Amino acid sequence: MQAFSKHTAIAAPLLKDDVNTDQIAPVLHSRGLKEDYKAMLFYRARRREDGSEEPDFVLNKPQFRNAGILVTGNNFGAGSSRETAVWSMLANNIRVIIAKSFADIYRENCLQNGLLPIVLEPGVADAFAARVIAVDGAAPFTVDLVSQRISGPRGADVAFEIAAADRTRLLEGLDDIGLTLKHMNEIVSWEQRAAAAQPWLQSAKDSR
Amino acid sequence: MPRTLFDKIWDFHLVGQRSDGRDLIYIDRHVLHELHAHHAFTHMEKEHRAVHRPDLTFAVQDHTVATKPGRNDETNPSGTAFLKSMRDGTRRNGIRLFDIDDPEQGISHVVAPEVGMVLPGATHAVPDSHASTVGGVGALAFGCGASEMTHILVTQVMALKRPKRMRARLDGRLPAHVSAKDVALRLIAELGVAGARGHVVEYAGTAIGTMPIEQRMTLCNLNIEMGGRSGFVAPDDKTFAWLHGRPYAPKDAMWDRALEYWRTLVTDPEAEFDREVTLDCSALEPQITWGTDPSQVVGISGRVPEPNAIDPSRRAAAESAFAYMGLQPGTPLNGLPINRVFIGSCTNSRLPDLEVAAAVVRGRRVAEGVAAMVVPGSTSVKREAETAGLDRVFRDAGFFWGESGCSMCAGGNGDRGAPGERCVSTTNRNFENRQGPKVRTHLASPATAAASAIAGRITDVRQLISGAA
Repeated sequence: MQAFSKHTAIAAPLLKDDVNTDQIAPVLHSRGLKEDYKAMLFYRARRREDGSEEPDFVLNKPQFRNAGILVTGNNFGAGSSRETAVWSMLANNIRVIIAKSFADIYRENCLQNGLLPIVLEPGVADAFAARVIAVDGAAPFTVDLVSQRISGPRGADVAFEIAAADRTRLLEGLDDIGLTLKHMNEIVSWEQRAAAAQPWLQSAKDSR
Repeated sequence: MPRTLFDKIWDFHLVGQRSDGRDLIYIDRHVLHELHAHHAFTHMEKEHRAVHRPDLTFAVQDHTVATKPGRNDETNPSGTAFLKSMRDGTRRNGIRLFDIDDPEQGISHVVAPEVGMVLPGATHAVPDSHASTVGGVGALAFGCGASEMTHILVTQVMALKRPKRMRARLDGRLPAHVSAKDVALRLIAELGVAGARGHVVEYAGTAIGTMPIEQRMTLCNLNIEMGGRSGFVAPDDKTFAWLHGRPYAPKDAMWDRALEYWRTLVTDPEAEFDREVTLDCSALEPQITWGTDPSQVVGISGRVPEPNAIDPSRRAAAESAFAYMGLQPGTPLNGLPINRVFIGSCTNSRLPDLEVAAAVVRGRRVAEGVAAMVVPGSTSVKREAETAGLDRVFRDAGFFWGESGCSMCAGGNGDRGAPGERCVSTTNRNFENRQGPKVRTHLASPATAAASAIAGRITDVRQLISGAA
């Protein structure tokens, strides 16, 4: 996993609640094993009916074309567990999402891929969103995971909280599977205990 | 200390704690589907890692399979590569695959309990957000992404933060023609699409006791639509009777031993939850969504809400939903003309769902101009329905009767509506463009969907049955 320590980029406001994975990374009619994640991001919102670009969509506006930080509302990433909804962000160099809250599975998928999910308290989030709108892509913001601060034009630094373990995992770009494999002995001894206590769990066979 | 059932299952499955503070929770049954398996196998093999317990891992082709009779890998061209990759990957790794032509193929969430693979008090994971469907038999299930799926393949555990506990107490006797789907939609309307975020929900109360297992699965299926991490119903005699004799369930002396254990799977009377909610189901009418998220729900006799009746924080979303759905505030739902009906998906495609729909359809015809389809949740359900003659009932009425799969729930297999069509669907998400670009989806129960297909408009099934529609 790509480690995350600091990211400086334009911040784009997508100030809606409940933005879902069907919007972020829609299931397109024709698809394959190797998909174009860059094109997939907000595929429908970015296009008008005739296929031309939708100029009003935030990421299509000239000042936000290269945005690398997305600022949004409550419950971002609701819906399905598809990880393409995170990969499509990364394919567009969006490495930070600042929200009032995230859907559980989406947040887990972010952590698996080195995308930093920041949650701000509602009042702080509203103030920061207003600032992002006022800056209007004229200058970048910097998100520093080491100091847990967001800095940028038109205001003081904003501090953010993140669970220490999640922070370490992102900072070090830790291999999640590798972390767990250190516990293989415990896993095997659990299996032995379970085979004695609830043997039907450790065996899944068709009895026919 | 008194414990909730969630705590009992979690504590039993706790393997250890990782250095980052996450609990390692053993996954008793891991079920893959073809949409995400390719990535997981590729990633795992690139890292020279192997599947730890192929014998506890299963795979199902469901998301991209065509529903046309006589289907094969190529019938849905955009699914071909996924199906083949899944077949190769499971073969390489020694995993039992329920392939496209398997007599027990189907939607993973339907197949797993149907064959008795998931059991009360067991943990279960699927790279799909509707994993908790199997909570209907008292299993604790988690949806996950493709990376977490790879993690489970290699280690058979999930690294999780302990979720909070919620109890949803559903009381009262469900009125006639009102089902678990209506209860779930009402609950999502009350709590909102993020109302259960971070929580595992135990569904309890007198309405649950009388609910058949299939309806409990419908209820647990929709748990994610209010943001829940997982959801389940404590197992009872109904659950045990339902599971007994299924091919992967324990047998004979092992069954007796399992049963003795399963009877301890209850929440202790004094146990505390982080949150408790209640819903009186006794006066519930059939429910239907009017908007573009599963919390935008009214009773069938209701109207599209006026903006000033909507919480200010939800008003912008409602305005956008009015536009997408082509609906004005104040419009009654009952009577709205429709173009399409879909009965199927992991939410509502089990045999009793089809029986309810068939009872409404029997001796009637689908209204002219309405494209109506039934897609059984598994090939077993399809076979049983055909033995009972339900396929004839649907076909004679003008329904398409398909092969099993996820189909129009997300349209991943090419089953989609045309732009602007209004569709009554027994699925779980009414998100914009989900059932096809510009398709307007109304979520409802199988009874409501069937009645609407007959009438050609959104219909109160109670009126259709009584002849008042």
